Amino acid sequence: MKPKLDKVRPHPSQNEGLIFEKSSPGKAAYKLPELDVPDVDAAKLLGASARTDLGNMPEVSEFEIIRHFTRLSTWNYAIDLGMYPLGSCTMKYNARVNEVVARIEGLANAHPYQPLKISQGALRIMKLLSEYLLDITGMDAITLQPAAGAQGEMTGILLIRAFLESKGNPRKKILMPDSAHGTNPATAAICGYQVENLKSNAHGMVDLAALTAQMNEDVAGMMLTNPNTLGIFEEDIHKIADIIHDKGGLLYMDGANMNALVGKTRPGDFNVDVMHLNLHKTFSTPHGGGGPGSGPVACKKHLEPFLPIPIVYEKDGKLGLDYDRPKTIGRVKAFYGNFGMHVRALAYIMANGCDGLRQTTEDAVLNANYVRKKLEDVYELPFKSPSMHEVVFSHRQQSPKGVKTMDIAKRLIDYGFHPYTTAFPLVVPDHGAIMIEPTESEPKEELDLFIEAMRAIAEEAEQNPEIILNAPHTTRVARMDETLAARKPILRWKPSADSQKA
Amino acid sequence: MRYLPKSPADREVMLREIGVKNIDELFSHIPAEYRLRRDLKIPTQRSEAEIVDYFRARAAENAAGFATFLGAGAYNHYRPVIIDSLISRGEFFTAYTPYQAEISQGTLQAIFEFQTMICELTGMEVANAGMYDGSTGVPEAVMMASRVTGRSGAVIAKSVHPEYREVLTTYAKNQGIPVATIGFLENGRVDLKALDAAITDQTACVVIQSPNFFGTIEDVTAIADIAHKKGALLSVSITEAISLGIVKPPVEADIVAMEAQSFGVPLGFGGPYAGVIATKEKFVRQMPGRLTGQTVDKNGRRGFVLTLSTREQHIKREKATSNICTNQALVALMTTIFMAIYGREGMKELAKQNLAKATYASNEFRRKTKVLFGGAPRFNEFVVQGSEDPHHLNDRLLAKNIVGGFPLQRYYPELGNASVWCCTELTTKQQIDAVVKEAK
Repeated sequence: MKPKLDKVRPHPSQNEGLIFEKSSPGKAAYKLPELDVPDVDAAKLLGASARTDLGNMPEVSEFEIIRHFTRLSTWNYAIDLGMYPLGSCTMKYNARVNEVVARIEGLANAHPYQPLKISQGALRIMKLLSEYLLDITGMDAITLQPAAGAQGEMTGILLIRAFLESKGNPRKKILMPDSAHGTNPATAAICGYQVENLKSNAHGMVDLAALTAQMNEDVAGMMLTNPNTLGIFEEDIHKIADIIHDKGGLLYMDGANMNALVGKTRPGDFNVDVMHLNLHKTFSTPHGGGGPGSGPVACKKHLEPFLPIPIVYEKDGKLGLDYDRPKTIGRVKAFYGNFGMHVRALAYIMANGCDGLRQTTEDAVLNANYVRKKLEDVYELPFKSPSMHEVVFSHRQQSPKGVKTMDIAKRLIDYGFHPYTTAFPLVVPDHGAIMIEPTESEPKEELDLFIEAMRAIAEEAEQNPEIILNAPHTTRVARMDETLAARKPILRWKPSADSQKA
Repeated sequence: MRYLPKSPADREVMLREIGVKNIDELFSHIPAEYRLRRDLKIPTQRSEAEIVDYFRARAAENAAGFATFLGAGAYNHYRPVIIDSLISRGEFFTAYTPYQAEISQGTLQAIFEFQTMICELTGMEVANAGMYDGSTGVPEAVMMASRVTGRSGAVIAKSVHPEYREVLTTYAKNQGIPVATIGFLENGRVDLKALDAAITDQTACVVIQSPNFFGTIEDVTAIADIAHKKGALLSVSITEAISLGIVKPPVEADIVAMEAQSFGVPLGFGGPYAGVIATKEKFVRQMPGRLTGQTVDKNGRRGFVLTLSTREQHIKREKATSNICTNQALVALMTTIFMAIYGREGMKELAKQNLAKATYASNEFRRKTKVLFGGAPRFNEFVVQGSEDPHHLNDRLLAKNIVGGFPLQRYYPELGNASVWCCTELTTKQQIDAVVKEAK
């Protein structure tokens, strides 16, 4: 069978060594201005603390740097090139106007400690973004300080802890559905809590009987992702909240999947006490190869006194920063959060408006359901509850041929797509999850090509599994020896290393 | 909506294929009482021109074009233009974390180069990529030291950035990590006797900053000796990364937890910046955060992968070394390009210019006011103690479009009218002279 590779064809990419391999003494990419003050003798001023040698730092010219990083960039897949259906990651279009406004001089060059009277514009942006996010989430108060989702989780759990402590007992455990992101249990541990797992029911949702049985006065609360990592809305959400609240616990919502809800339903309305948002997912700030993120935390009134310092406030039309909050959990990060991401997220919200945000959510859910419909006859759906913004299949129909989720993912690369999320959530048996989140950014044509590719791979699994097991075939490098990387870690370049040219 | 690539007809076709009558059916499993039946309180779609205007107006309220003498953990250095040209390539800024190595070699190789350059500059053997920023690097270093030593306490110098200390407090108190704070001497350096007395057999980590919050360079060798003698690890924070061009790196430390913002990252009202933890090879498996390693593909070609991920939350869950996931990759790329631009010689020259400007400025200040903490070397920051509240001087300077130093009253009331001033390669003699003229 001839694979259908309509979306891509190979083209050469440039070889490029490490920047250190291009270095030679005397080359330079910088020129400093003339010094307008007397020069100094560093050895005399710094004494034993003086440094003279910078080891193997590179010496290269400006154009070599341009070429170097441009060549490297061409070895990456990116949302700008094509569909990036990584479940849980919300790889949507990163609007260029966001980048432009974040670089306006008065914003990009603002020092965090510059006087408040020349920081009013920055604080106004934080204030307006806060107001919009509060309406989107249905919550009462917010901090923009956390640097990313995982730090938002920590902030949220610390709010719960501080609240319970103020009632006399921080309690011992946090309940965690077995479909939770890895950051959730890691966060609970960092906050001094034990993690107690909660099994999902046959529909992929929280098992109310198990929850009732496990919820008691030792449990501080629950970390729930909604829609959960199977892309399923927890239909019993009000009962879940009630069970937890009845025993004095609090409900934390991981907002990683908020792209399914914006403008359609609000966590505050379904009795979530505290949640984080990922501005780099739902609100389109770029993923940047792994950050920067931004993880604002929104909460109900009863948790507000505990929010991190400082808090932006307004008095007589002037904005300020309030550090005097006796019940605060403290500070989770220097300064005020990843402000550059606040600017971008606000620009995204303004561009969309209430109408665009709702349409965005609807398109995200439409896309996931379209993919589900078009693939459910060739890939097993381990949980058949309705899908929101993402759909999770399993490799069960392909694994008898030895083809696993990671193999299918690697084969997708040959067809011109970034893989979906593999082997997560863990609640899918045999680590077989195929987790697809198309986002609203994909046109129907791209979805159809993706569907065609996934169907072709399912066919290959029947007729020619070898081609999948050895994929990808068309990339610059083939599958990497990860065992070697971990067994004999080479984590930096050294001049003595007998490194071959790439 | 201009970002959404579907026509109404596309949507109709897709709904029909799915087998539903309208979009609401796809949301029908959300309990009816929780469905939002109004518009969000956000104006409808804005045009690009309106958005740009809005942010220009905010930027104008913020005021730009001021000369600044602020440092204190965020530094005003020149950013070569090619940094933004390169990081603006969609292949870098619209890619995800490089889990799929075959189509992420660009990001992975750049991270490997980042790790290498950080090692060269800090004198450490391995560096991660990375932490959120310098402040969160402190608790991460302390938790790492706890895992290495099997102990749980921390001793932190009062001359570490006050906000970094606050972040440590937040993390530590919920994990039962006791934190002791030790003071500084007349010369601005850590009080070694107090340090020695504060370290117990339960101290996992000593945390200092060098150059410290006052700009003073610490005697890292002496501090490391004291820490190591008692079985504790030493973590050194660096807020001003440019210092590494001319100041001896803290090679005696076990952990370096640095902020790389000075390497070409915009001030951006406090973030996003780029934290890094670097350490010795023997501690790598207790290190938090992502690591890229060199390996080969099945055809023997050199390539790079994320490695040693059994330390991380997506594998180890509650037993992970940290909960960190998304961090600061694109910012780390900015710093990588910056480090490549200045390189072996430029980093030295750049640091020397900073040293020269700060030396000139502190000498000029000394003619009119007190400059504290003489007797120990400094890099590009120094503490001025005037005869008036530093806010008064700063108000007069602001009228001349100059932002003065950072007043220390909030965090160091014992230093009276003191403020910490910073000069970089962008500070001019003319600005320094204008400031000193106003000082009293």
